[in-house]
Amino acid sequence: MFDTSSLAKAIFGRLTLESLPLHEPIVVGTFVVVALGGVALLGAVTYFRLWGYLWREWFTTVDHKRIGIMYMILGIVMLLRGFADAIMMRLQQAIAFGGSEGYLNAHHYDQIFTAHGVIMIFFVAMPLVTGLMNYVVPLQIGARDVSFPFLNNFSFWMTVGGAVLVMASLFIGEFARTGWLAYPPLSNIGYSPDVGVDYYIWGLQVAGVGTTLSGINLICTIVKLRAPGMTMMRMPVFTWTSLCTNVLIVASFPVLTAVLALLSLDRYIGTNFFTNDFGGSPMMYVNLIWIWGHPEVYILVLPAFGIFSEVTSTFSGKRLFGYTSMVYATVVITILSYLVWLHHFFTMGSGASVNSFFGITTMIISIPTGAKMFNWLFTMYRGRIRFELPMMWTVAFMFTFVLGGMTGVLLAVPPADFVLHNSLFLVAHFHNVIIGGVVFGAFAGIAYWFPKAFGFRLDPFWGKLSFWFWVTGFYFAFMPLYVLGLMGVTRRLRVFDDPSLQIWFVIAGIGAFLIFLGIISFLVQIAVSVLKREALKDVTGDPWNARTLEWATSSPPPAYNFAFTPVVHDNDAWWDMKRRGYRRPLTRFKPIHMPSNTGTGVILAALATAMGFGLIWYIWWLAAVSFIGLLAVAIGHTFNYHRDYHIPADEVVRVEDARTHLLAAGAKS
Amino acid sequence: MSSLLHRSYPLFHIGNFQQGSTVRVLRILALLPLAAALSGCDFVVLAPAGDVAVQQRDLVVISTVLMLLIVLPVMALTALFAWRYRQSNTSARYEPDWDHSTQLELVIWSAPLLIIVCLGALTWMATHLLDPYRALGRIDADRPIEAQDKPLNVEVVALDWKWLFIYPEYGVATVNELAAPVDRPIRFRITASSVMNSFYIPALAGQVYAMPGMETKLHAVTNKPGVYKGFSANYSGAGFSGMYFSFHSLTTADFDKWIAKVKASGDMLGRNEYLVLERPSANEPVRRYGSVDGDLFKAIVNMCVEPGKMCASEMMAIDAKGGLGREGLNNTLPLTYDKYARRGAVFGPEPTYVASICSVDELKGQSEPESTVPFDTTPLRGAGLKRPLFSPANPSSSSLLLGSRPKSDS
Repeated sequence: MFDTSSLAKAIFGRLTLESLPLHEPIVVGTFVVVALGGVALLGAVTYFRLWGYLWREWFTTVDHKRIGIMYMILGIVMLLRGFADAIMMRLQQAIAFGGSEGYLNAHHYDQIFTAHGVIMIFFVAMPLVTGLMNYVVPLQIGARDVSFPFLNNFSFWMTVGGAVLVMASLFIGEFARTGWLAYPPLSNIGYSPDVGVDYYIWGLQVAGVGTTLSGINLICTIVKLRAPGMTMMRMPVFTWTSLCTNVLIVASFPVLTAVLALLSLDRYIGTNFFTNDFGGSPMMYVNLIWIWGHPEVYILVLPAFGIFSEVTSTFSGKRLFGYTSMVYATVVITILSYLVWLHHFFTMGSGASVNSFFGITTMIISIPTGAKMFNWLFTMYRGRIRFELPMMWTVAFMFTFVLGGMTGVLLAVPPADFVLHNSLFLVAHFHNVIIGGVVFGAFAGIAYWFPKAFGFRLDPFWGKLSFWFWVTGFYFAFMPLYVLGLMGVTRRLRVFDDPSLQIWFVIAGIGAFLIFLGIISFLVQIAVSVLKREALKDVTGDPWNARTLEWATSSPPPAYNFAFTPVVHDNDAWWDMKRRGYRRPLTRFKPIHMPSNTGTGVILAALATAMGFGLIWYIWWLAAVSFIGLLAVAIGHTFNYHRDYHIPADEVVRVEDARTHLLAAGAKS
Repeated sequence: MSSLLHRSYPLFHIGNFQQGSTVRVLRILALLPLAAALSGCDFVVLAPAGDVAVQQRDLVVISTVLMLLIVLPVMALTALFAWRYRQSNTSARYEPDWDHSTQLELVIWSAPLLIIVCLGALTWMATHLLDPYRALGRIDADRPIEAQDKPLNVEVVALDWKWLFIYPEYGVATVNELAAPVDRPIRFRITASSVMNSFYIPALAGQVYAMPGMETKLHAVTNKPGVYKGFSANYSGAGFSGMYFSFHSLTTADFDKWIAKVKASGDMLGRNEYLVLERPSANEPVRRYGSVDGDLFKAIVNMCVEPGKMCASEMMAIDAKGGLGREGLNNTLPLTYDKYARRGAVFGPEPTYVASICSVDELKGQSEPESTVPFDTTPLRGAGLKRPLFSPANPSSSSLLLGSRPKSDS
């Protein structure tokens, strides 16, 4: 009566024991290490009875500062995964010469370069950038929190859900073998029938919901919650770049969602949007994904530009040169970033006029970017530059990024792109701008705002070590790729037959190893700083003698950020307050209205992730149950009337008095 | 392979094209350190064998020099300011409130603007002149195309994971081996069987994508005999790393010999043989077919090699006349094979294809629209734009890039 295999199919879909990559010793080894680490971590949390604390204070929090910190932790954890992929690729390419197959087969290697791209963009760069914006923007504009605190929590957990799906693909089944943008027809069901592309689709769809909602949230926050007196043209530049970035997110992520939805329709119900036959057009996918993909580049780099602006101005002890032109440059980049997508596929046979149009619009972007570069330069001019860690990252960025910008403009010349497209020159170029811009920016931002978030500075010795490993490692890892590109070597190759290329891959491998040391030093830096936190303590809340509002409050800031909303009279609001002899108000505190924590975000994201898992493995009951669960919990949440509370005036007095004592003690010592 | 590829050409063929001597000097200066450090490596992109790739190389070099005009000062100023205005240097001026200077802002916006105006103009011209769809105007810098220079037609099909080359004029085909005579224009028509690839011979010309169900074009010419590597530049699946071929650039006599050798092969490439060849396989050896179905390429582009399948061209012709109506929905046959197996979406209908209505022979003998008009040297202009004063088609003008082209109208 009951066929066991069809019963198993109904319960587990296409998930079978064979789906577990037990035949891949590298994956099994990784799994053992991850499992042991995971068990140790969970055991420790249980042993120290931290579950309740974590749940109440962190997982369910709606405080933008804690959510920001959780985004940063997610980004750093995923950086380790993405970098493990990178170093595996570098090792494979350094040894697979002269008939050697290397140590990775095509099935594994092709997953690795796909996963590397997806993870680094969606689950490293995006969380790091979003985390910094989440933490800093409300403080910079003198707000209590973001506009929609619960939505913020939900967005974060959706991003985690996407990351969980991508990580699960390592041990349950496989990831896509298509390259990080999954071009059809290769990603369509006929050519990628396995779960890899489905992991890709649902991982990005779940995370994409989070990203879009967080974009809406931050736009609202910046537009509606600025402190009195902070007109648009008095906003700190980081807030400006965050605003533009989130406008880009809201305008472009729906395109990604739509194009992935069309691809999943092709894969699940046999539509023909991107198939070869029946009138499908794979080129349509390529157009749509790059209409998202190019703005995505600016989504990542604009906040980094904002960080460099804040850092340059603070550590040069000087107002930012050309604030107005900086703002206009940002806005111009935002708009132009929608007019350049075709430069990612000049070689697909567009006409010369179309190619020239997109080539020239791409070059035009370099004008505002160049203007920004000069603005930072002239901010340093006649300044008093303190070469603390954030400033070191900034100067390294200025050297590195102009190089990446130059090769970018070169690639924007269509006939030049015909010879360099898809080559390692291209790979070197985009790592040049993403590492030199976004990663250096994230590290500058972490070093800059860490004391704000935790009340003590990061250890400078390990920070500088990490800096030098990263910077030299970057040059060693990617300059050889420029060279290889000029030698006509294309990307995503697994084995090589020309032995004269090997030396360059070996140098690149050494570079990757230096970056590995840089990442280790960074982790050590955090550990050492935590151990030495008393020595590195900052009680002033303003360790860098900085200029913007986030430095006006204590470090770490109280849950309510500011006991009284500050009034802004100048671009550099805090600098202006300090100069006019601002005194903290010490009396007349009032109860503060705050949002309550809620676990709904975690539950919704968990259900969305389960639904994604069900859809990936064709476990239809799981998908259906979690979808119904999603609706039920979302509707149920609307009946939750315990959404806010007041921090009593006594409590505010207590917190502010404690700060007064600290400040007084700090002033004495 | 690598020993075949290794050539001892000078790194840069400076004398290859005519242009202002300043640019030439600049270029040499810019490349000297590179050349010194890296001699011994095969910088095929910087030292190609074909005229189109040479012009693309020139564009790479000229654009780089143009951009260095602004990049180098920025780097120097960064180093200078970072050093001069360090905190410990108390003798440097400190103006904490100086944040605006109209003149300076004018300079920092207009300097990049000027560079981009130059680069944009160069881009517009070069993109049109080096459009891969445009028939060649010259064999190399010194020799314009003559009327008797009949182009060599080559039909390129990217398969999983090997390359098929069909020579329609000679009725032969090869797998993973391409040959062409020097100094004769080559006209490639490119397509793919299943997924996207990119057809790229760095020594010959820039790449163009090979896409299923679509035809792309590339015009090129090779000027130096030798053996060069060609490959797919767009990742296409598990066998991608092995998807390369050798490109033999031969003298006319050697090319004729090569054709004769291929013709001598007894193998025939018909539709059935193609359907076997099309199936995925990696690291394929060179194969030669002495005869080939003359309509095979058309059938591949129109995705109707399988007997009984409707060609895309046929479908479009029917649709252009209003389509088949609702009955058309039923005009399908089950698909038996699609790269690995017959495969469809989980909730989708059984995979099918549209059945032929007339016959597969529809394509046969169809005259192919002559897509290459004799080369066009009329000056380039954008739609509605006036003719530029500085035109590469005008040899008396001081072309930066392209030297002389014959002119026909002015």
